Amino acid sequence: MKKIKKIWHRVLLFASIGVLSVVAGVAFNSVQAADIEKIHFLIPGGAGGGWDGTARGTGEALTKSGLVKHASYENMSGGGGGKAIGYMIETAQRQQGTLMVNSTPIVVRSITKVFPYSFRDLTPVAGIIADSAVFAVNKDSKFQSWTEVVAAFKDSPRKVTVGGGSVPGDLDHIAAALAMQAAGGNPKKVRYIPYDAGGKAMAGLLTGEIKVLSTGFGEALELAKNGQIRILAITAETRSKDAPEVPTLKELGYDMTFANWRGFFGPPGLSDDHVNKYLSVMEKMYDTSAWETVRSRRGWSNQYVPGSQFTAFLEKQEKAISGMLKELGFLK
Amino acid sequence: MLEGIYTGLTTAFLPLNLLLVFVGCFAGTFIGMLPGLGPISAIALMIPITYGFNPSSGMILMAGVYYGAIFGGSTSSILINAPGVAGTVATSFDGYPMAQQGKAGKALALAAYSSFSGGTIAAIFLLIAAPALASVSLSFQSSDYFALMVLGLTAVSAFAGKGGFLKASIMTLFGLMIATIGTDGSSGVQRFTFGRLDLIDGISFLLLAMATFALSEALMVILKKDKVSKKAEEAAQGNLGSLKVSKEEVKDIAPTIGRSSVLGFFVGVLPGAGATIASFLAYGMERNLSRGKEKERFGKGSPRGLAAPETANNAACSGSFVPLLTLGIPGSGTTAVMLGALLSYGIRPGPRLFVEEPQVFWSVIISMYVGNVMLLILNLPLIPYIAKLLVLPRQILTPLILFFSLIGVYLVSFNTFDIQLMIFIAIIALVLRILDFPMAPMLLGFILGRMMEENLRRALLINDGSYSFLWERPITLTILIITLLTVMAPVFSYLKQKRSEKLVTA
Repeated sequence: MKKIKKIWHRVLLFASIGVLSVVAGVAFNSVQAADIEKIHFLIPGGAGGGWDGTARGTGEALTKSGLVKHASYENMSGGGGGKAIGYMIETAQRQQGTLMVNSTPIVVRSITKVFPYSFRDLTPVAGIIADSAVFAVNKDSKFQSWTEVVAAFKDSPRKVTVGGGSVPGDLDHIAAALAMQAAGGNPKKVRYIPYDAGGKAMAGLLTGEIKVLSTGFGEALELAKNGQIRILAITAETRSKDAPEVPTLKELGYDMTFANWRGFFGPPGLSDDHVNKYLSVMEKMYDTSAWETVRSRRGWSNQYVPGSQFTAFLEKQEKAISGMLKELGFLK
Repeated sequence: MLEGIYTGLTTAFLPLNLLLVFVGCFAGTFIGMLPGLGPISAIALMIPITYGFNPSSGMILMAGVYYGAIFGGSTSSILINAPGVAGTVATSFDGYPMAQQGKAGKALALAAYSSFSGGTIAAIFLLIAAPALASVSLSFQSSDYFALMVLGLTAVSAFAGKGGFLKASIMTLFGLMIATIGTDGSSGVQRFTFGRLDLIDGISFLLLAMATFALSEALMVILKKDKVSKKAEEAAQGNLGSLKVSKEEVKDIAPTIGRSSVLGFFVGVLPGAGATIASFLAYGMERNLSRGKEKERFGKGSPRGLAAPETANNAACSGSFVPLLTLGIPGSGTTAVMLGALLSYGIRPGPRLFVEEPQVFWSVIISMYVGNVMLLILNLPLIPYIAKLLVLPRQILTPLILFFSLIGVYLVSFNTFDIQLMIFIAIIALVLRILDFPMAPMLLGFILGRMMEENLRRALLINDGSYSFLWERPITLTILIITLLTVMAPVFSYLKQKRSEKLVTA
């Protein structure tokens, strides 16, 4: 009996130590007060996609590093992302603490009138990461360099089939058309073969069905490392440190850069104060190990474009893309 | 390679990993049973949980969840005609009639055995031939996929019972038409969206399946209440029927399981096909191969009709790991989520995976096998309890089905328009059902239609608008010839019969 009592005491002791340490931990945490109490992320697509990964990855880095105390997520798919934008605008009053993730398609789809909104209807907060476009060929392809592809294209454009994981007039098509235009070719002659996902377009390249693949750097990197495909050119400003052997279009003499950025938007009319608060935590986030873990895990490249610079960047991209879409005949 | 298999074995049989397979299968079965929640949602739910795990354990848990969810989906297909997963729609064609005839227990047991056999046989294929099969998955081009979808359409004859071939054909065409709603993938033009944002991405397969099966079936029960004889209802509710599968039945379905696993596995290996196509193809093949009386039982509770899609969808799940693990190409939505999970561990699948990370590669494959065994052990004893669901009085069960179907679809998209659309479709489906139009051919047309159109138009784009690929590509030609033979087979047998009759009269 006595023994049991002793054990019981010990249990009590441990339990109280446990409770105390939890209390202490909470107290300690609140001393180290987070910069922002709570961010709600609105994701305009389903779970598991690129937008989803960006929002959840950023949220994870922000909460793990203690910059934000609590992050919540909401997926709302439909209308190529238009449903969520409409929701942000209609319920702006209630969305003061909400950030919506988006990327280059918001620019493309507002130009092509997929949805009746544009980034101007929201408050651009910051661009976070970017994925440059690359052009790749099958390992057995006769093309050894991008210049050869350009020459073949100029010689007979119909023979150079370019595949991508988006519908005609969307990202992968635009990237290829811009590249050919920069090389002095007629972008309208690019023979673009659409697939319904990047992975299927990659399979198309591997089966030899298409000659060239236009895709994101992140999606092509590993197969290139495995030697199944060759990346001939990247549309970034400088070479990537993950694949230093791949030349940029710029150094090949074609003045063109293109990147699919991902970033965050607030509801319309979000105050500058609020935007600056977001910017200050995002700036700090880049130096945390939590962000580095997320970033390297996903193979992202940092590209921080804050506040008003972000708006200017979007306007510039809008101009380039709408010019190209006019050229291609998607816009009148 | 043997060394790799050995490390895989030892990793997969670590107590922790065995526990994870168990937990995964259990959680997956549960999630899969909820109408609307399938393997994609189940795996996506697991990703945050597995962040801290080592890669092998994480993948083992997810493989368990994957198989569990597919298996769970067949349970709701059989019991309440609400396929929780696209891959188990074909399971309901014969599984649900069996349950209605008071053989729910047997149907569930058959499904468990078929899933197990399909998964196991495919896991063995995977073990032996995964690296070599990678090249198979890369020999299929757009025109070959097109031919495969055409072959899939011949499965429509499987629903042509009751002299309703015309009705079945009409419904298939209806399905093909619904498939054209949304953004046209080949030109980017919107079709039949009426300017609505919600229709830009088209109608989801799950939504259509839930509206035409679960919702309209549940409503039908209310409408046709008097027509269902009291006896049959009692039989269905009070008695699960025995779980025992007789020797004759085993003999009957064994060849079906053999054929369906091979078919399912190879369809799964192709990055553009997957479990749903595999299950439809297997169902169609079985029906086309069967003769006489057996053929007439299809759609009315044929054990073969249940075993074929169940085997094939599990085999296809294993098959879909081939392009994922060996090439790094996700062939389906589920494997795309899996790829995301692998990447989050810092593992990049590709041809080097089984050289550089043999432990991950082989332990995943072996845990698939373990997962299948686990599912069987877990589910056989549970069947009587799961099937008790049917004993619920109709006035409770019907609203539950309505509730879970609507919630299940809403939870995937979080779009209220989907609920309105579902109700709209369910009403149309209800009218069609009352007029005796079969729903299954419409789903078949819908799922094959989109891929058929996409691949045909892509093949035409690549081939400069010429149809020559139809006879120039050997794979395309072979599949089309098989299609033709399938379609002609009934005509031949009819002629043969005529001739023998003539001989007799002469």
